[in-house]
Amino acid sequence: MRYIEPHAHMVSRTTDDYERMALAGCQVICEPAFWAGFDRSSAQGFYDYFRQLTGFEPARAARFGIRHFAWMCINPKEAEDTGLAREVLELLPEFLAKPNVLGVGEIGLNKNSRNELAILHAHLELAEKKDQMILIHTPHLEDKLKGTRLTLDALREHPGIRPERVIVDHVEEHTIRLVLDAGCWAGMTLYPHSKCSAARAVDMMETCGMDRLWMNSACDWGVSDPLAVPRALQEMRRRGFPPEVITRMAWDNPCQFLSQSPKFAVES
Amino acid sequence: MNKREILDEYFIDSRSKLLEVASFLDRLSRAEGASDYRMASLASALNLLNDDQPEKTRRILECFSDPTNEPVDAAPGKGASGAWPGFNGKAG
Repeated sequence: MRYIEPHAHMVSRTTDDYERMALAGCQVICEPAFWAGFDRSSAQGFYDYFRQLTGFEPARAARFGIRHFAWMCINPKEAEDTGLAREVLELLPEFLAKPNVLGVGEIGLNKNSRNELAILHAHLELAEKKDQMILIHTPHLEDKLKGTRLTLDALREHPGIRPERVIVDHVEEHTIRLVLDAGCWAGMTLYPHSKCSAARAVDMMETCGMDRLWMNSACDWGVSDPLAVPRALQEMRRRGFPPEVITRMAWDNPCQFLSQSPKFAVES
Repeated sequence: MNKREILDEYFIDSRSKLLEVASFLDRLSRAEGASDYRMASLASALNLLNDDQPEKTRRILECFSDPTNEPVDAAPGKGASGAWPGFNGKAG
């Protein structure tokens, strides 16, 4: 079955992973800008990373018949240094214009600090001004609930942003309804230990419905699984979901959200 | 899936995960030194597992969460510990 991986950090993965994902049916990968596991020392470091996301990775994916799209930002883990963050923000318009860039992301909060919130607002202003779609990261573990609330409050302060063009990612059982009730899309991240399992993701589908919902692996440099989405589709089969419903989660839903960008020219 | 089918599919896996928690608690009790705030949240979460209310997953996640609303003045590093240090022992 073909599927879309709507959130993967392929710069951290090997070319073998691209091949394995293609063999599993992956035809599209979307890659938000994120933290490299260490803090970059200058805006130039981000500039080179953005070049990698808009040049090298699309070419690497294309070798396996996979379309590669990206999202641009300075991630919240490096937003505490607001001076550096504002330098990086100045780089973004050049890259938002690239043909594979779908919008601003993954922005948001990490430890729910005032500086992180200020940089989140700066990204939201940019997205509003440039009419960009938005992909939002929500914090980890004990910080997620508060961070999700603060993020949704921040979005409400930007009336030019339409919630149906925003995906709030890494939802779990205590945040998914907050996000859906705000009119945004919700992303369930299949990531060991710190996010949700395939079984819990399918539980959330059963209890919250499948409107405005997608699944992703967010595979990165940590212990994570580039094949987490097809494994979750297998969990749906295990529970007896019919093929058309599985296709909805594998392809139709992410395609519906992403197609709001005219750059996402992928067969529906 | 009906209850019987869910038990057939998931019981052994859940039993295994419960034994991992039990083994962790045994390991902790054998060890020297003081515990910390994470155990208060975990103890409350374990109580929620055995009550008769729905949405245990959501309520356990809330038990581990920071319930406050104000942003913090500065980020205290980047990582998360999995439990909120200010937890008062009252779980939903």
